[in-house]
Amino acid sequence: MAISKRKRAQYTRYGVYVVTSVVLIAMVFFVDWNKLQDAMFRWELVKDQFPGILTTAARNTLIFTILGFAGGLILGLLLALMRLSKARAYRYFAATYIEVFRGIPLVVTLLILGFGIPIAFKWSWPNPYLRGAVPLALVAGAYMAETIRAGIEAVPKGQMEAARSLGMSYSRAMATIVIPQALRIIVPPLTNELVLLIKDTSLISILGVTEGTIDLARYGRNGVFDTANSTPLIVAGLVYMIMTIPLTQLVAYMERRAKAAGK
Amino acid sequence: MSDIVVSIRQLNKSFGDNHVLRGINLEVQRGEVVCIIGPSGSGKSTLLRCVNLLETPTSGQVIFLGDDLTDHDCDIDSARTKIGMVFQSFNLFPHMTALENICVAQRKVLKRSAEESEAKARALLARVGLGEKADSYPGQLSGGQQQRVAIARALAMDPTVMLFDEATSALDPELVGDVLRVMKSLAEEGMTMLVVTHEMGFASNAATRVVFMDGGVIVEEGPPSQVISAPQEERTRAFLSSVLNH
Ligand SMILES: Nc1ncnc2c1ncn2[C@@H]1O[C@H](COP(=O)(O)OP(=O)(O)OP(=O)(O)O)[C@@H](O)[C@H]1O
Ligand SMILES: [Mg+2]
Repeated sequence: MAISKRKRAQYTRYGVYVVTSVVLIAMVFFVDWNKLQDAMFRWELVKDQFPGILTTAARNTLIFTILGFAGGLILGLLLALMRLSKARAYRYFAATYIEVFRGIPLVVTLLILGFGIPIAFKWSWPNPYLRGAVPLALVAGAYMAETIRAGIEAVPKGQMEAARSLGMSYSRAMATIVIPQALRIIVPPLTNELVLLIKDTSLISILGVTEGTIDLARYGRNGVFDTANSTPLIVAGLVYMIMTIPLTQLVAYMERRAKAAGK
Repeated sequence: MSDIVVSIRQLNKSFGDNHVLRGINLEVQRGEVVCIIGPSGSGKSTLLRCVNLLETPTSGQVIFLGDDLTDHDCDIDSARTKIGMVFQSFNLFPHMTALENICVAQRKVLKRSAEESEAKARALLARVGLGEKADSYPGQLSGGQQQRVAIARALAMDPTVMLFDEATSALDPELVGDVLRVMKSLAEEGMTMLVVTHEMGFASNAATRVVFMDGGVIVEEGPPSQVISAPQEERTRAFLSSVLNH
């Protein structure tokens, strides 16, 4: 039986429509909406989340994100430059670092740095924000390093050569000629990494939280325990989306623009 | 002070097993225009890139105004400000306007003031016939215009010698003339130039000396009237007949 590719795609699409419609209709008839709303989206509980979910929880999530991202960016840039360095020791150090921190789950890194190191060295973190943000930055730096390196390598070699031929030192040429061009390539994937980082801050509460440093995910979870209802978590999820969706849209916009410019 | 600007001595360069330059000796006097011609892969670009150490020679010396650039103690960055280079692919900085392209190294390397470097940049743009293009980005310029900005960028450093690596090879034929005219006028003003080119017309008219390279060695050199019009070596003749008869 010979059907064209286009016909087949068309049939597949019809199939998807039919299945989706059946599922939606089934949901409308069989799901008890009142019960569902009662368990997951009770208005009075929604209202109870405010303003704390914004003034404390969202604020803390943002603080962890900003510290983690800024630290990760600086570290990532350093690691990327080390990976591109002529000195073998730098290259090996950076490559090892990146493999190690990308290979270990964030939770494990958090636990080692948050509990293990303080116990081993009889030391305590001077600041609860740093205790969560430093491990986050160390891991984010490993991922960003590869993104930044790829961006730098995508800048044509002739740019560095032209800058050097004018008498600029390697680092001056990097800073004024190569990195500004690499940034345009790097910004979209780096924004994606920021989105991941926002969500990864939800793991920090594994280290335990105080009233002051509670983040969005933990705030929602505590709310569930207090109310025996899922509404607080749903609200927390919505607040995450308010932070992440503009960023993913921004990436989509930048990528569309880059594509148009590339034509 | 001697009038030798560049002196290349027993220069060798290998890329892995590929022995590209095999004992090159070449001296360039102040005011000379030396054109290097030769078949593809003969090592012309590599030789030129060894002069400002974009390639590190495997052995031999490059003496520039009395300083051995291959010496590890030599300040190569400061030497490079006096050796202008023009590339086949222009290599303008795409994130900067023409004016900024010409100013950036004046400001950051020579530490000239903003006013001084801008005045210099505008004068040079006018001189290469692009006075109106100061605020254009490279992407908005034709290849020939980009290459003239690149020449202005190199000249802004007040170089003692200019290196041109096939400056017109990437251009559409109708744009070659503008660039060659700028190069010719530079030569006439007494700029010391080392020019790798396939433009035999330019070599005949502008060169004080023509160097024919093949297989990593200098096969023949002399005034254009000799090397181009009456070559002594069989390899030179074969090369010239292949480029002139197509
Ligand atoms: N960076 C490099 N790494 C390895 N091999 C190289 C490199 N640059 C040049 N070569 C080799 O050196 C040889 C000479 O190259 P070069 O570019 O100097 O020739 P050319 O005379 O300029 O040729 P063309 O007229 O095609 O520009 C070639 O065999 C080339 O493959
Ligand atoms: Mg070449």
